[in-house]
Amino acid sequence: MLRPVIDDDGAPFWKYAASGELRVQTCAAPACGEPRFPPRPCCPHCGSFDSEWRPTSGRGRIWSFVLPHPPLLPGYAEQAPYNAVVVELLDAPRIRLVGNVVTAPDAPLNSVDPARLRIGAGVRVVFTRDGLPRWRLERA
Amino acid sequence: MATLKDKAAIVGIGSTAFARRLPESEKTLACRAVLAALDDAGIAPAEVDGFASYTMEETDEVELAKAVGAGDVTFFSKVGYGGGGSCATVAHLAAAVATGQASVGVAWRSRKRGSGPRPWTNTTAQLPTPAQWTRPFGLLRPADEIGMLARRYMHEYGATRDHFFNVALACRNRANQNPAAMMYDRPLTREMYMTARWISEPLCLFDNCLETDGALACVIVSAERARDCRHRPVHVHSAAQGLPAQHHGMVNYWNDDPLTGPAWTAARHLWKQADFGPEDVHVAQIYDAFTPLIPLSLEGYGFCGRGEGAAFTEGGALEIGGRLPLNTAGGGLSEAYVHGFNLINEGVRQLRGTSTAQVPDARTCLVTAGEGVPTSALLLRS
Ligand SMILES: [Zn+2]
Repeated sequence: MLRPVIDDDGAPFWKYAASGELRVQTCAAPACGEPRFPPRPCCPHCGSFDSEWRPTSGRGRIWSFVLPHPPLLPGYAEQAPYNAVVVELLDAPRIRLVGNVVTAPDAPLNSVDPARLRIGAGVRVVFTRDGLPRWRLERA
Repeated sequence: MATLKDKAAIVGIGSTAFARRLPESEKTLACRAVLAALDDAGIAPAEVDGFASYTMEETDEVELAKAVGAGDVTFFSKVGYGGGGSCATVAHLAAAVATGQASVGVAWRSRKRGSGPRPWTNTTAQLPTPAQWTRPFGLLRPADEIGMLARRYMHEYGATRDHFFNVALACRNRANQNPAAMMYDRPLTREMYMTARWISEPLCLFDNCLETDGALACVIVSAERARDCRHRPVHVHSAAQGLPAQHHGMVNYWNDDPLTGPAWTAARHLWKQADFGPEDVHVAQIYDAFTPLIPLSLEGYGFCGRGEGAAFTEGGALEIGGRLPLNTAGGGLSEAYVHGFNLINEGVRQLRGTSTAQVPDARTCLVTAGEGVPTSALLLRS
């Protein structure tokens, strides 16, 4: 399975994820405070290079999803069809994260019946042992 | 204001055969396509002084110029973002010709995608951004990325698989008329489409372009010189590139409005520079690496309102005789997928009156490059 190849801008995201926290880069200029994703050196709203990593509630909604089938890289092909989702964060609706909906943090990518996936469904973040964010469906 | 309007024209087109597997190298195929295009134009290779291709093109202009016997070259350009660059190669040469930086420009693309490796199968050379935000989660291929947009589009606007089938069918029907197309003798039915294997749900096999080996080229000169060439000149009436604010390549998910992609940005500039509008376009060659790109592009280029692109495909609108005959050589879905360059050459054939699926008296054609990535587009007119 692929591990993220981390760049300088993205490093804090993965460091917080490894400790079980979902944080979003946010402009630290007092008059701005805009969250942004993916992380980058400066704020597209105000030009400030000051940023902080703000905690989120870890709750979101499914914005869209796909079910990839082979041909795929070997580790993924073995679990196909699995789901890949885009989750829109409740605290920051324009922040959308690609992920997977699973029954437990380290469960296989195909552990949730695709029939349970819906655009708009509520999800909550969980983290794998090696620090990847994943998502569990909120109980209705 | 100075504009590009009709100052340059495409006067030659050439291509190799298209196949899943061709024995010759990309460099050899590039040379064949370029020499065929120059022969079609009736211009000697030694007169070529401008080249343009894609950054993903592996035969560089040094090798090509040397092999085909070009003269001293005074302009060369490469455009990024894969299939988003196709129309911009012509646009860069048109601008170079219009401003005197070159007199005979050649644009080309040679690719062995049918028999060669897929870039996303390489597990070691993973680009840090944006792959770190997508690939670990199994969003591995362009089909997965566009599938994500497609499902959201279906959810927001009630688009269905039947709409995507309309696109696949129109392209296939045109390919069935084109002996050079890979799918010349392979008709498509609704049942074949609906029962095809999935690639990335909601996209099935027939929502995806073909894996192709092949090369294409075209020749651009000033409108004045074009009058003396062998064929009816096809003028570059308007051209644009499009990189929207806050765009993120392929996955536009981090844009405020992911369903309005680069097509919208390119279209605004394209129409602003033109003497006519979408209602005056007689035939369209719209980049179709995946079927959902067609409704998205129909909206972006202003053929219908937002959310109306899927409905636009109903009632045979994309077929010959319909409102907007589409991809009349078969497109990337059914002629060949060579990063969209075949759409340019087919636009030229339509305006020459020599297409295998000729739209009667076609005098205007829209050609677009890859949607979902920083893109480009051309309005051609005879
Ligand atoms: Zn700011």
